[in-house]
Amino acid sequence: MPGFTPFTAPAFVLDEDDVDTDIIFPARFLLHTERKGLGRFAFHDRPALLEAYEAAGKPPILLAGANFGCGSSREHAVWSLDGMGLTALFAPSFGEIFRGNCANNGMVAGVMAADTLAALQALAGKGANAGHALSIDLAAQTVTCAGQQFAFTVPDSDREMLLAGWNNTTRILALHGQDISAFEKAQRSAAPWLWTEETEA
Amino acid sequence: MRDVMTSQSAPKTLYDRLWDAHTVVRGDAGKDLIYIDRHLLHEVSTPQSFELLRDNALKVRRPVTQLAVPDHAVPTSERGGAIKGELARKQVALLEANCAEFGIEYLALEGERQGIVHVISPEQGFTMPGISLVCGDSHTATHGAFGALAFGIGASECGTVMATQTLWQARNKNLRVHYAGQLQPHVTTKDMILALIGTIGAGGGIGHAIEFTGDAVRRASMEARMTLCNMGIEAGSRVALVAPDDTTFAWLKGRPRGPQGAMWDRAVEYWRTLRSDDDAVFDRTVEIDAAAIAPQVTFGTSPDQVMAVDGTVPAGPARALDYMGLEAGKPIAGIGIDYAFIGSCTNSRIEDLRAAAGVIRGRHVAEGVTAMVVPGSTVTKHQAEAEGLDKVFEAAGFAWHHAGCSLCVAMNGDFVPEGKRSISTSNRNFEGRQGAGARTHLASPAMVAAAAIAGRIVDVRKEFA
Repeated sequence: MPGFTPFTAPAFVLDEDDVDTDIIFPARFLLHTERKGLGRFAFHDRPALLEAYEAAGKPPILLAGANFGCGSSREHAVWSLDGMGLTALFAPSFGEIFRGNCANNGMVAGVMAADTLAALQALAGKGANAGHALSIDLAAQTVTCAGQQFAFTVPDSDREMLLAGWNNTTRILALHGQDISAFEKAQRSAAPWLWTEETEA
Repeated sequence: MRDVMTSQSAPKTLYDRLWDAHTVVRGDAGKDLIYIDRHLLHEVSTPQSFELLRDNALKVRRPVTQLAVPDHAVPTSERGGAIKGELARKQVALLEANCAEFGIEYLALEGERQGIVHVISPEQGFTMPGISLVCGDSHTATHGAFGALAFGIGASECGTVMATQTLWQARNKNLRVHYAGQLQPHVTTKDMILALIGTIGAGGGIGHAIEFTGDAVRRASMEARMTLCNMGIEAGSRVALVAPDDTTFAWLKGRPRGPQGAMWDRAVEYWRTLRSDDDAVFDRTVEIDAAAIAPQVTFGTSPDQVMAVDGTVPAGPARALDYMGLEAGKPIAGIGIDYAFIGSCTNSRIEDLRAAAGVIRGRHVAEGVTAMVVPGSTVTKHQAEAEGLDKVFEAAGFAWHHAGCSLCVAMNGDFVPEGKRSISTSNRNFEGRQGAGARTHLASPAMVAAAAIAGRIVDVRKEFA
């Protein structure tokens, strides 16, 4: 996938903690086996939220509450957020599996201190003196809004991957194929009970 | 496994010991490349993982370390013949076809070894102490009950594991949860984990691997330990561990996929080293008095919105109380229920079924209550039938189902209708989890059985002592 480039866009505020992946992508739609086109199921059982998002012009940035994306490991949650038009999420904390899934799909999931996020929400959300656009610089881990800077963090390794647009899987094989083979050789001798079903290569 | 047979000088936690034993490359950007010994697959989280392999022309590196089984989407009210729902039928068929194409063992829906991934893997001895194990399912920490480094991953990561047998992962901090003392009768590890989640919050364990210690943990059976570790993710922790001991080894001995003969002895010798050093340093410790834990029941829409059954509903969060149709300040006991579900990877093992059957024996489900039991695996189902438990449940008015995830995730045709109230042995009381608009209370098998009989939430200690 292409690497991340800085952009400027408005944000949508979802001021609620513990928004789980069942809210983002209700389980009954998990019977779909594709990755594309899942945006239609995002927040399916929260019609008021979808209406507000639409009315706000479907901004690509979400300012969310703590523990966003907790619960199930379903990557469909990220695919559906991507499908509804989101490319960057900011919250005081994220469900860990969800956060990893974001990185693997080019979605920025930035952790922002709760008071920093509240200040940003006041500038970006609805109401008087609000509605300002956000400029996202992933390399510097800053959001600029109405002339002010707001810090966020994305783990170093995720940030590297997002900026470069690496394919995690092929990159592991290319860079560490020999390390993996060496580990396997050592484990086969130290813990042979894990290898009884395979003959020596 | 550079740390396998030597004792290092610096004291280590169990988690650190497992981590070091699986580190292939120590990264310089906050993550290490971790070797993955075993991978469990189910039909919901892997279609896109196999696509990743095809898109990149990749093979599965070690097919025998992978084991696949359909559980989430499968009907449990009947078994045999084609699955009626078209999407579910196609999804299960796709898993079978993908496994055939990539050389992975697939346990058929109609076979004896089918069931919920987290129930069948220990049952088959595929889960072992000291291994790293992943699955595209957040409840993978269940296997930490055996002292395995087990955690849930996403579909892309499932593809990475199949192709490389590794994952880049950030090392967690260490959180020790110590349960001193003994549980009261009718109080279980389900109540222990719910009490913890209520204490530290649904995000309280983020970034931490939990190790459970203390008397109440040591005395717990393997089934009970699996319940404890299963819900670590509900506190935000992907990893939840219990150090293996003689209880673990006795439970595992003779399982089909585990080590046999001399290899067993050699494995046990290593497994006995899998513990935290006495002077190991934990980043955080939470102490809970096991004897003071009352049966727990959730009142809201997050697992940390939980309370003792003899308490009154707390004030707020308003959105959760509104969704649940509850009033702050009123006792939770006495709230009428419409559905009772015994099942899920949390509480569907033989001991869970025995505990529930013990409560209902000679009694009948209250009028208007729909009650069902969904064993976690076909092996468990047959064992329960051999013990006559199915007859006990059916005589009491419970429906006796085939193995699967069923009403825990409500994507297989089983669901709770909008506005109806369910008491459930599963792990999530999220909005809509058991069906759009359904209201879910989480509790232990004995508590769910007692509520089914009474038709309302009751304190199993008082009404069924």
